[in-house]
Order: sequence, then C-alpha cells, then structure tokens
Amino acid sequence: MEAEAAKFIGAGIACLGMGGAGIGLGHIFGNYLSGALRNPSAADGQFGRLIFGFAVTEAMGIFSLLIALLALFA
Amino acid sequence: MAADKVDPIHQFHINTIVDIPVGGYDFSFTNSSLFMVVAVLLAATFLYFSTAKGALVPSRAQSMAELTYEFVASMLRDAAGNQGMKFFPFVFTLFMFVLTANLLGLFPYFFTTTSHIIITFALAMLVIGIVIIYGFAKHGLRFLKLFVPSGVPLVLMPLVVAIEVVSFVSRPVSLSVRLFANMLAGHITLKVFAGFVVSLGAMGAAGMAGAVLPLAMAVALSALELLVAVLQAYVFAVLTCMYLNDAIHPSH
Repeated sequence: MEAEAAKFIGAGIACLGMGGAGIGLGHIFGNYLSGALRNPSAADGQFGRLIFGFAVTEAMGIFSLLIALLALFA
Repeated sequence: MAADKVDPIHQFHINTIVDIPVGGYDFSFTNSSLFMVVAVLLAATFLYFSTAKGALVPSRAQSMAELTYEFVASMLRDAAGNQGMKFFPFVFTLFMFVLTANLLGLFPYFFTTTSHIIITFALAMLVIGIVIIYGFAKHGLRFLKLFVPSGVPLVLMPLVVAIEVVSFVSRPVSLSVRLFANMLAGHITLKVFAGFVVSLGAMGAAGMAGAVLPLAMAVALSALELLVAVLQAYVFAVLTCMYLNDAIHPSH
C-alpha cells in the first residue's frame, strides 16, 4: 500500500472515535432534557453542569479529530 | 488548483520577531510571545480601567469586570470552599489569560497562543505543581491520603490506589491536551471550510453558487468557536478549582 493512501485511511479510521463522543453527547443532552421536562424548575440550576459535561465529553471527540488532522496535515 | 494553496496548518507557524539567543538556547521573541503579551495587556488594562472609578452604580464595563470576578469567585467557593479563596488571584489570572488568548485567536490573521501544546502544558504543570507543593506543605505525608479513598474494602485497595495514581498523573496531560486540541481542531476546521469556499469559487458560476454552503458552515462554525473559546477557559478554571480542592482537602 502506498504511504499516501495509508495516511488517508488512517485519518478516516481515527475519525471513528468521534462517534463515541457523539453517543456520549446524545446521552448528556437527552438525559438533561428528560430531567428538565420532569422538573422544569430545577432545569436552570443544572445548566452549568450540562455545559461542563458537554465540554469534557466533546474534548474526547476532539482528541480523535486531532489525530485525524495530524495524520492528514502534519 | 487553488485547493493546493490552502494550508490549514499555516496559521500555527511560529515566526521569530526579535532573535535572542542565550547560551545555545533560543529565547527569541516570537509571534506567540507577542500575542501572549497582548493578551495579558488587554486583560490587565480592561480590568484596571473598568474598575478604576469604583462607582456604586457600575458602568457597563465595570459590571462586566464585576461579573467575571463574581463568576470565578463563586466557582472557586463552590469547588474548594472558603479555604480555597486564597487561590483566587491565581485562578482568576489563569481564567482571564486563557479566555483572552482564546478570544484573541478568533480574529483573522491573529495567532492563537493556546493552540500550542507547550503553552497549555506549561499552564497545566503550573496548576499541578501548585497542587503538589501546597498539598505536601500543608498536610505533609497525609496528602497521600488523596490516593487512598476511605471506605474501600482492603482486597480492592491496591487496585483503587493504582487507579487513583494513574488518574492523578494523567491530569496535567488531559488538562493541557483538552484546551490545546479544542483550539487547534476548531481553527483547522474553520480553515478547511474557508478553503472549500476558495476552491469552489474558482470553478466558475456554478461553483460560486455552491460555495454558499461552506460559507454558511464557516459562519456557523465561527459561532461555535466563540462558544468553545469561552467554554474551554471555563472548563480549565473549573478543573483547576477541583484539583486545588484536592490539595486543600486531600481525604475524600
């Protein structure tokens, strides 16, 4: 296999990790929404934690995107 | 092809502005150092001039400065308690520096200081260094209780201690890589979509019409990047508060 082709395949495989972050973010926002609909008065107080969870989980997807981008460009 | 000319990595190149070689080491003043200085000056002048008057009824700038102050203060108080407030100047400086550097990087042709791992790793090592030194200075060897949670069965203890040690050691890495990777990946994605606009626009009228889509995407991504820039500064500060809490109250 040519090195160039392997680079692109590797970048594609690295992007698979972002799927895991997508599932995690779906859980976070889905559970927040179902909790917020059950008890709307408590929803605003948890918004900071929602955003915090979002940022920490999203970072995992960003890590794999970073590997893909490094494989492509660096 | 115009697409070959678009280099998404080019924005992260470090150029020397003033060459300062000291005994074989390179202490040059680069564009990275320039933007760090700009970020510090910007944050310092904003905070100085907005609070210089100290009016009872705050002006717009003064209430902005007071809101950031109260935001960081309540964050630290929630995470580390009143004993943690002695670290307030440190956390506030860290938050303002990362926030200003992140926001400054959003301007076109500006250098993003926080998109380099060495900058964020230095900040993270500073945090962990303070945690370790303060923890040992205040609690002595009892600081090691951090790795021994109470109420764990004796059989599981070696495993739990090993996990706690690994989690502690990986903290500076995850803290620095999170900030750096978010900024790097966000800026590269922006450049890649901007590159689509250029290469589609070179294809004539049909390409111009199609270029609207990546252009709209680039605008949406800029909005997301603004969110991420503020959010990552917040996350960096929150995690710093949590780690400082470990140094202040090691037994959990």
